Amino acid sequence: MSLQAVTANRLGDGLVIYLTATGWSEQVADAATADTRDAAQALLDRALAQPGHAVGAELIEVEQGADGLRPVRYRELIRSLGPTVRADLGYQAA
Amino acid sequence: MYVYDQLDRQLVNDRVEEFRDQVRRRISGELTEEQFRPLRLMNGLYLQLHAYMLRVAVPYGQLSAVQMRRLGRIARVYDKGYGHFTTRQNIQYNWPKLSEAPDILAELAEVEMHAIQTSGNCIRNTTSDPFAGAAADEIDDPRVWSEIIRQWSTLHPEFSFLPRKFKIAVTGAPNDRAAIKVHDIGIVIVRNAAGEIGFEMWAGGGQGRTPMIARLIRDFVAPKDLLSYLEAMMRVYNRFGRRDNKYKARIKILVHEIGAERYRDEVEAEWQDLRHGAMELPQAEIARIRAAFAPPAFATLPAVSEKHQAKLFEDRAYARWVKSNVRAHKVDGYAIAVISLKPVGGIPGDATAEQMEAVADFAERWSFSEVRVTHEQNLVLPHVRLDDLYDLWLALGAVELDTPNVGTVGDIIACPGLDYCSLANARSIPVSQRISERFADLDRLHDIGELTLNISGCINACGHHHVGNIGILGVDKKGEEFYQITLGGRADENAAIGKIVGPAFSTDQVTDAIETIVETYIQHREPGERFVETYERLGLAPFKEALYGAA
Repeated sequence: MSLQAVTANRLGDGLVIYLTATGWSEQVADAATADTRDAAQALLDRALAQPGHAVGAELIEVEQGADGLRPVRYRELIRSLGPTVRADLGYQAA
Repeated sequence: MYVYDQLDRQLVNDRVEEFRDQVRRRISGELTEEQFRPLRLMNGLYLQLHAYMLRVAVPYGQLSAVQMRRLGRIARVYDKGYGHFTTRQNIQYNWPKLSEAPDILAELAEVEMHAIQTSGNCIRNTTSDPFAGAAADEIDDPRVWSEIIRQWSTLHPEFSFLPRKFKIAVTGAPNDRAAIKVHDIGIVIVRNAAGEIGFEMWAGGGQGRTPMIARLIRDFVAPKDLLSYLEAMMRVYNRFGRRDNKYKARIKILVHEIGAERYRDEVEAEWQDLRHGAMELPQAEIARIRAAFAPPAFATLPAVSEKHQAKLFEDRAYARWVKSNVRAHKVDGYAIAVISLKPVGGIPGDATAEQMEAVADFAERWSFSEVRVTHEQNLVLPHVRLDDLYDLWLALGAVELDTPNVGTVGDIIACPGLDYCSLANARSIPVSQRISERFADLDRLHDIGELTLNISGCINACGHHHVGNIGILGVDKKGEEFYQITLGGRADENAAIGKIVGPAFSTDQVTDAIETIVETYIQHREPGERFVETYERLGLAPFKEALYGAA
């Protein structure tokens, strides 16, 4: 099974977050990953158990790139960085 | 402009406080997301790719200078310094925090604005002609009737849970600048043989995955009967519209499936029960609303302004802007100035907080404090003296709002696409940026002339690609962005749905393809012929051949 991670939007400000080993991060590079169905489901269950923090938690496909973990689909790549037409906005600006 | 009465004010203020309490309960955990989601959507707060998005209603596209200044302040204080004007004459903020959303709504309420009914299966913000009250070809001011519809449709208990969302547009002029034939209900103000004003009622238009042109349901409805007839039209849709399939729930499917004749029969039968009852509009109420839209105190001026004429000769850049961005006003000595939000390489419809505040200042100084938003994602100062036009143009230039491209291929209409929208399959904005850069040369742009180009990032068609002379639809093909091109669409009184020209183009090919289409038009056009007219004369064939080679 391809590598999976959990993403969501943070309740308070709606920003993109990723489930880590110990909590949540704004950086996909920090995400906890799973490579079996059971492990992926366990990650998702852990995220869904925190409805007061994360909205719309779901599994996404990720891969190891040169600079660490990154999403496979370009929709998720855009979510992890910010709008491609505004390099000054989103996480890519940091 | 219409000014809120006590009822309007209380309704909007109550809604702010109700939402504040709902947000508090969501953050404290009392409400689950499933419980909260419909409540936030009822207040225009969506969750998009990167953050929440707040859609604020701009009733029939009209703003006062005070309201425009407030929109700028909200962009600066609560967002990231900009806002996005949409194809429904609204504004969207892309980065509001949930915790601050009630404060934003409170700031809007202070200037008589809100986000009610900017989402959900209800009657959405009624849209209209951005030149209302100024256009030379106007039969009657559509804002009067749009405001009456706003009051009737706001929190209408019977129509708060329709089969699907519902959009009404009104034009007061025979030259339709409100795209009424691609709305669920389109209203055209007409004059009958006796010289009386009334309404043509159209229904069943729409875009999305099943684009359709509206059908004429009744050719004359008297002003006093407007709401009873609308109520009958809505009631028939609410009763017979499909609720089993989201994709077949719009009124266009109902009108198509049962036919315009049967729909009309049902509406007429319903109307017989409604027309002489409580829904009849009292003359005094029409007069009260009409008074709110009384013309501003126009001066008596000569039809020709010497200063304006002199500047036209002296300053070629000014003359070019006037040619593309200025329209005839109904009053001598005045003009309608369209402010393009489409700078070369820019993001269609985006304006910074500073630009919004500048436009508010210009409106106060030169346009009786009035601003309009167009469904083409531009702004309008509706009442500018010809004598002031040159000074306005200089002032617009100082804030980079003087792009002379309205109505040209540079004036691209584009939805936010996959850069922001969680529904999108492909990006729209970068495609529009590359096309506008390709056609950046102003001599060439003006030689090409009138041409509408619309881009949507998914089949929901927020970029109105079906009715663009050239339409571009972004699709996802196995994880790659592709763009399907349609030709011959139009959103005016001769509304038409564009036809697919052939297989889709990749991101790298699409700009060249658009240039090929435009060059094909240049080769084939007859003197004075616009792009859409050449297309209508020749059909798809020459464009197809230029793009894909001989069959």
